[in-house]
Formats: sequence, C-alpha cells, structure tokens
Amino acid sequence: MATAARIDAPDNASHLQSSEAVVVRFAGDSGDGMQLTGGQFTLSSALAGNDFATFPDFPAEIRAPLGTLFGVSAFQINFGSTEIETAGDAPDVLVAMNPAALKTNVKDLKPGGLIIADSGEFTARNLAKAEYDANPLEDDSLVKWQLIQFNISQLTLDAVKPFGLGNKEALRCKNMWTLGLSLWMFDRDRQPIIDWLKDKFAKNPVLADANIAALNAGHAYGETAEIGQPGMVAIPQRHVSAAPVEPGLYRTITGADAVAYGLVAGCQLADVKMFFGGYPITPASSILHALSRLKEYGVMTFQAEDEIAAIASAIGASYAGQLGVTSSSGPGIALKTEAIGLAVMTELPLVIVNSQRGGPSTGLPTKTEQSDLYQAVYGRNGDTPLPVIAARSPSDAFDCAIEAVRIATQFMTPVILLTDGYIANAAEPWKVPDMSTYQPFPVTFLDHVPEGGFKPYGRDNKLARPWVKPGTPGLRHRIGGIEKQVDTGHINYSPENHQAMTDLRKNKVDGVADHIPDQDVCLGTTSGKLALVGWGSTFGPIHQAVRRARAKGMDVSHIHLRHIWPMPKNLGELLKSYDTVIVPEMNTGQLKTVLRDQYLVDAKPLNKVSGQPFRIAEIEAAIEEALG
Amino acid sequence: MNDMTPIKTTPKDWETDQEVRWCPGCGDYAILKAVQRTMPEIGGTPENTVFVSGIGCSSRFPYYMETYGFHTIHGRAPAVATGVKLANPDLDVWVISGDGDALSIGGNHTMHMLRRNLDCQFLLFNNEIYGLTKGQYSPTSREGTRSPSTPFGSVDHPTKPCAFALGAGARFVARAIDVSKQLVDVLKSAHAHKGTAFVEIFQNCIVYNADVFAGFTEKANRDHQLWLENGKPMLFAGDTKGIALDVASLSLKVVDVVDGNWEAAGVLVHDVTNRTVAHMLVEMPFGEFPMALGVLYDDPRPTFDSAVFEQNAAVTKGKLPNLQKLISTGQTWTVDA
Repeated sequence: MATAARIDAPDNASHLQSSEAVVVRFAGDSGDGMQLTGGQFTLSSALAGNDFATFPDFPAEIRAPLGTLFGVSAFQINFGSTEIETAGDAPDVLVAMNPAALKTNVKDLKPGGLIIADSGEFTARNLAKAEYDANPLEDDSLVKWQLIQFNISQLTLDAVKPFGLGNKEALRCKNMWTLGLSLWMFDRDRQPIIDWLKDKFAKNPVLADANIAALNAGHAYGETAEIGQPGMVAIPQRHVSAAPVEPGLYRTITGADAVAYGLVAGCQLADVKMFFGGYPITPASSILHALSRLKEYGVMTFQAEDEIAAIASAIGASYAGQLGVTSSSGPGIALKTEAIGLAVMTELPLVIVNSQRGGPSTGLPTKTEQSDLYQAVYGRNGDTPLPVIAARSPSDAFDCAIEAVRIATQFMTPVILLTDGYIANAAEPWKVPDMSTYQPFPVTFLDHVPEGGFKPYGRDNKLARPWVKPGTPGLRHRIGGIEKQVDTGHINYSPENHQAMTDLRKNKVDGVADHIPDQDVCLGTTSGKLALVGWGSTFGPIHQAVRRARAKGMDVSHIHLRHIWPMPKNLGELLKSYDTVIVPEMNTGQLKTVLRDQYLVDAKPLNKVSGQPFRIAEIEAAIEEALG
Repeated sequence: MNDMTPIKTTPKDWETDQEVRWCPGCGDYAILKAVQRTMPEIGGTPENTVFVSGIGCSSRFPYYMETYGFHTIHGRAPAVATGVKLANPDLDVWVISGDGDALSIGGNHTMHMLRRNLDCQFLLFNNEIYGLTKGQYSPTSREGTRSPSTPFGSVDHPTKPCAFALGAGARFVARAIDVSKQLVDVLKSAHAHKGTAFVEIFQNCIVYNADVFAGFTEKANRDHQLWLENGKPMLFAGDTKGIALDVASLSLKVVDVVDGNWEAAGVLVHDVTNRTVAHMLVEMPFGEFPMALGVLYDDPRPTFDSAVFEQNAAVTKGKLPNLQKLISTGQTWTVDA
C-alpha cells in the first residue's frame, strides 16, 4: 500500500488522523516557488522518518507569463510509513496557488481529496487567464472534493508587514506561508525549515525573518483559524508515522547528484582521474554543475562550445590517460553520435550519460520519457556496439555510474548510462553506502614494452586493448577512426581485416555479459504466469503494481533490467519460464522489440508516451487484464 | 612518467615506418619534412609530442610522425586536442587541419580554441579546395572557382584564415608557404609562443587546385612576397618597395623605396605585438599588395590551460577529498536501530 486511504474531513481538527501514506501536490505559478516549497516539505518528511518519493513537474519556460495555464509549476510528494517507490498516483491534497494551478491539477485529485486554494488570487483577471467562466471556488464545480479557501496572499502580507518589504517581495513569502500550513497539517517540525531559511538568507536577515514569519503564520493559521465556524470545512490534520527502514545514515538524493557522486566514486575505484566535458542542456546540466564543484576529487570539468566538442574533448582526455565523461539529453546525444563511433573505433574508455527527455527533436525538454533506448543500443553508423546501462531510481544512479566506469575502463569501451528527466530531478531517501564495501577495479596503464613487442591493438583476456598514456617512452603509436589492423593498429582496408576487427569489437562487448551479474527477479518468482519486465525509472510504478497484484494472490513477478546491452546471460531462459511477458515502457515499445529480437519471446508492450510517469493503477489494470 | 629531459634527435627520428600516401608532388610532403626538421631544433621529445588531426588530406599527418598521434573526426581536432592538453599539460600538442576541416565543418571549434588560447600549435594547410573528396570548392576558394559542385563557378565569398583567427582572438598568427625555406623558422616561432599559435600554410594541391598560389609562390613572382620580421622594415621586391601607413585613410599603402632609404618613404617597422597593424596586414588584397608572410602577430597572454590549472589549484587548496564525507552531507538524518 503506497497511497493513502481516502481522507475524510475530521470532525475536529485537533484530532490527529493516522495515515499510511499521503500524496500532496503543490501547484502554483512558476514564480510562486512551488519547487522550493516541495523541496523543503520533502526535507521535513525525511526528518519525520517517512519514506517518500517526489515528482517535480515544471514548465519549459523560465518565466512563463503570470497566471497562465502553461506557466503552472507543480511538485508532488508521496510520503508514508510504508515503503514508497513512486511519487504516487492521485494526490490526496492539492494546494492551488491560483486558478490556473487549480484548473490544470484538480482533475488528478482523488475523489474526496482536499483542495487548499488561495482565494486572493482568484481575481477576474486570473480566472480569465485560466479560462474559467465563473469562479470555481464560488460555484458547485468542485463539489466532488473538499475545499478550503482563504486569502493566502493577504494573510502573507499581514504576516510580513512588520518587515517593511515591498508588495512584490512580501508576496514572494506566500510559499513559506503555505509550507507552514502544510507542516501543521502533517504534524511536522518547523525548525529545520527555519534553520534552512536563516542559512539561505544569511546575507539578508530581513528576508529570512519575513519568510520565517510567513512560515509561522501559516502554521498558526492551521492551529487556530476556522475551527468550529459554521459552514467551514475545518483544516484536517493527520500524522504519518515513520516508515520502518534499515538503521543507518540517510540523505535525500537526486539522480543528477547520484550520477555525479557515482562517477567520482567509480573513478576512485578505478584509480583514475576524471575529465568531464559538457554542454548545457535540460535536464542534464545538473551533472555538470555538481561535478564543477568537486575539483579536489581529481575532476576536471570543461564547458565546451557544443555537444560535439564536449565529447571530443572527453575522448582526447581518455586518450591522454584520464577517464573522459560527457553527459547530455537526447538531442545532444544525437550530436555526439559520430564521436561515440570514434571512441568505439579507437577503443578508448568513455562514459556517456543520457538524461532522457521526451519526444523527437527538442521534444519535451522538462518532461520524462525513456525513448532513447534504440538510440543508445543501435544509433550509430557501422556495426558499432557498446555497453548500455540504465538506472532505475535516483539512488540507483549512484551504483549504475560506478558500473559504467567499471565496464568502460575494464573493457576499453564507451559506455552509455541512461537516466531520465524524472530520475535526474526527483529526490528520494538514500541510505548512504559505506564506500569501503565497494570492490576497487584499478586500471593498469601499459608503461613498458611487453615481451613480444608493443601492440597498440593487442588484447587481454577480455579482448580489451592496452591503455597507454602519451608521454610514455617506447610506446609511441597513432590511433584514429580509420579501420585498424589487428594487433598493430595501423591503417588497414583489407576485407579479411575489417571482418576480423568487426568481430573483435562485437565479441568484446558481448563478452561484458560474462562480467555482470545474472538477472534477478526483484519481486515474485523465477517462473510463473506473468512477468513484468522493465528498465529505468518505471521501476517504482511497476514494483508497486506487482506488489498490489501479488497481495491479491495474482501470479505475477517483476524483473527490472540494469544491463540493457549486453543483457545478462540468463535473461533469455528466465523470460521463457513465464507464460506471458509484458514490458511497460515510456516509449512505443523499444525494450520489447530488443527482447523479441534477442530471445524470440512474445514480449507484449505496455506503453505510455505522455511525458508523465506511469500510474500504478495503469500497470495494475494491465496485470489484471493479462491474468483475468 | 613524463621524462622531460631534452634529448638530441635528428629529423629521421621523427619519421614513422608508414608509407606516406599523398599524391606525388603534393605540398604536404614539404610541410611534413619541414615539421620533421623543426622538431630537433626545438628540442622536442617524441614521446611527449602529440599530433592531433581531423579529416582531410592534411589530417593523415599524424601517421607519419614518430610521436603519439590521434587522427580524429572531421573538424573536431581542436576539441580533442583541448581534452589531451587539459588531461596532460606536459604534452606538446600540435593540431593539423585544413581549410575545410578548420574553417567549414570545424569552424566553431577553431574559433573557440583560439578564443580560449589553448597552448598548442595549430597548422592550417590551406589549399583552397577539398582534396580528399575529389575537388569541391572550399570556404577559402576564390569566387568563381569551378569544381564538381560548382561547375559554373562558386558565387560565395571566401574567408581569410588569418583574419578569422585574429577576429577569434588569436595571439599568434603566421603565414608560410609549403615549400618555403622560412617555414621551419615560422614553426619554431609558433612553438616558442605560449598559447594557440595559428599558422596558415599555403599548400599546393597538385591535382585539384594546382598553382592557385603561383601569383606569389612562383620563382618569377617572388617580388610579391612580403616576409615580415620583428623590428625590421616591411620591405619587399628586393627592398625596392615597402608598406606604409596612409594616415588620411587609416589604411596601408605600397610605397617605392629609393636607394634603400625606407625611412624617407615612411615604411613601417614590423612590430609583432601591434594587433591593429596585424589586422591590416591579413586584410591586404593580393595583387595591389604583396602577400604578407612570416610571423604577422605574436603577443602572448595567459593560456586557457594555465588558467584552468591555476584556478583548480586555488580552489582545491587545503581541501582533502573525502568521498565518504561528501556523500554523507546534505539533507541527512539517522535511523536508529
């Protein structure tokens, strides 16, 4: 059970209801600070010991015109006392800071869910911008839900009046007022937020005090206002207990930070310095930002003039003896494609991170999708195989980044690491790993002429060629994108040689399968009626749906792939041990096609390409249909 | 690992065992020889030297140099070289490119390498044609160039490599001719310059654009070469002509020098640090003016790589890497057993 039981308005607000899990969505104008509110609410949930998952959903425009439908920014958090793996389906509570936020979000709210609306923003002008003919707070259009409305704008202005802020600045404190009310509703401690505000506005104590006053006012409002007034719905308060989790140190982590830390960790385990060449692109830039601050970890970051220079510089660094890393999103990866081919041909280690976004071309830059699987596995000229890994969640991205570094350096190959916009931006609790438990995989640079002479394209038992740092006496050699002669690496166009080299490159990458774990079944049994096979950020909804179905007694299992290419050696046999295989994906069926091709299994697609993650209910319905 | 002790080498030590595969008579042979002659003179160490190229006839160059070498992809050599130099600043990096590689498909990277001032030598072999793809016109081809893709003559205006380089912020700009004996000296000056040293080498494509530079390279036309030397008057045509400043129009003009009295004629003295005059020299229309050759401009400023390393050293000073601590900070909490 990950989502809440239906919430009823209690008779008395002082009565604390207990809920297993609650989904709250904060929605407002993109300038209203909803992402900040959500982020701080997430922190308070973490401190209360809840498990949680979040889903930020913001517009592509930096500052969309005020009050418009497309300018709505939302942040959803699912927190609870049981294990949480998704940001939740339908919200139990919707905080709507203006008419546009209400209009775009209310349809998702559970029947009977709670709407908290800032009536001060429901002006004729804002109603018109949101394309409302009549004020929904005043007619009966919201009768399906509980509605609490008050003039948050005015209440905020009153609360911060003593600080002498201008009207615009004062209204910016609205989000803290709302957060204060939310903290009261869910019985949360204000102190961490107060500390955070003091720190954030250390240089401007007046702003800090004003925001804290707004926060306190919102909290106090929940406690005192409206109680017992006839005709008013009281503000419900409920308590979500701590989730039972393994003891240890926890932190919140976004996928972008997890990738950055994982790359640093991987390079430490490989005992190699990192060179990161990047070019700004949503939603991948955060990795560049995070790594730019980690120079003491032997990280060199370079913001290149374009995506091509970003990867080309990384390849240059790999040639010179560091691990080149580059990161982008779909359109940027497309630009890097030719250079990826060069890295395959020159057999240099390289990590390419793709934070997938939605759609072809520019598509949906701020939305999420997993439609670059074909691009990763097949999208190059020539027979150009390379390993592909996909992270399933923000915290999993840490281990996946380490795995990408391991494979790249051990096999002298570029590796693509797939995440997506959802993983990059979303935060989840992460039990901080003990780095001493990770097995190091130090690289060896060839630094002398081996017995039998130096062969730049000679191979070890993994078919990896030697890594030589320019500057090493006696090992001078030339590499390039033209077909290489076996062993010597000299230019060679002969038919036999090209066949041999093509086979070598393929066999090397295929051989990675001998050095990765067998595919496990993360929930359920190793054979049976139905398996759901997923990859990437669909992990949460698939896992919850399978868990619910199994609780109802259905024979369904969940398999989730980390190694997309090559696939684990036991995967074919495993898939054949189920009567039916369904592949839920946020694309039109890419993994499904690869599985069919590789194993001749009748994998069935379950697709969603809306820029939004799967809902648990959607996957549950598919399970029921398949087993029904 | 990098033994920087200079060793004595001969041009022969810089030759590989690979068969050189350019067309017979190609200007690239002369450039290769000149570079192989330059390396011993600058005290180069083969294992600390890296040649990086893009795609094109010129880009085969690294295979023929007994150094480390990387034949990359079309236009991207400057970007690859940037990664090489940032990963190991001890390496002596040479970028080999052509007019199509550096100014067409790779124009963006060339511009940014020059702007950043990465410490390397950038040799642009300009033959005003696409040779490797069999003779299409290039971004430096003159208007009216007939080629397989422009059978009725090209109609677009060519770019001037040295003007492009100066415009992009280059701090060293030089010109030479593939077969000129001065090429070695120009390359030595380029190597002595800290920062991106941009050298345009007029290279004769004997198959697709033969003798396109004959107007100043032919023996009979040597009077049209203006070899610049720092601190020396800008004289040419056997010192009978010079370059002077026309103050009224703020432009250069050709003046006659009588009896060697160049001062009376107002001939300018070449100052390699004068950026304004450098802009004028690279823009001189050939015909009316001679072709300016040699080191046109040389005024170093801090390089990109040195700035990067300085900043990295400053911001990491006293900071000890502790990954366990790093991942344990932020919004943390402890769950008790």
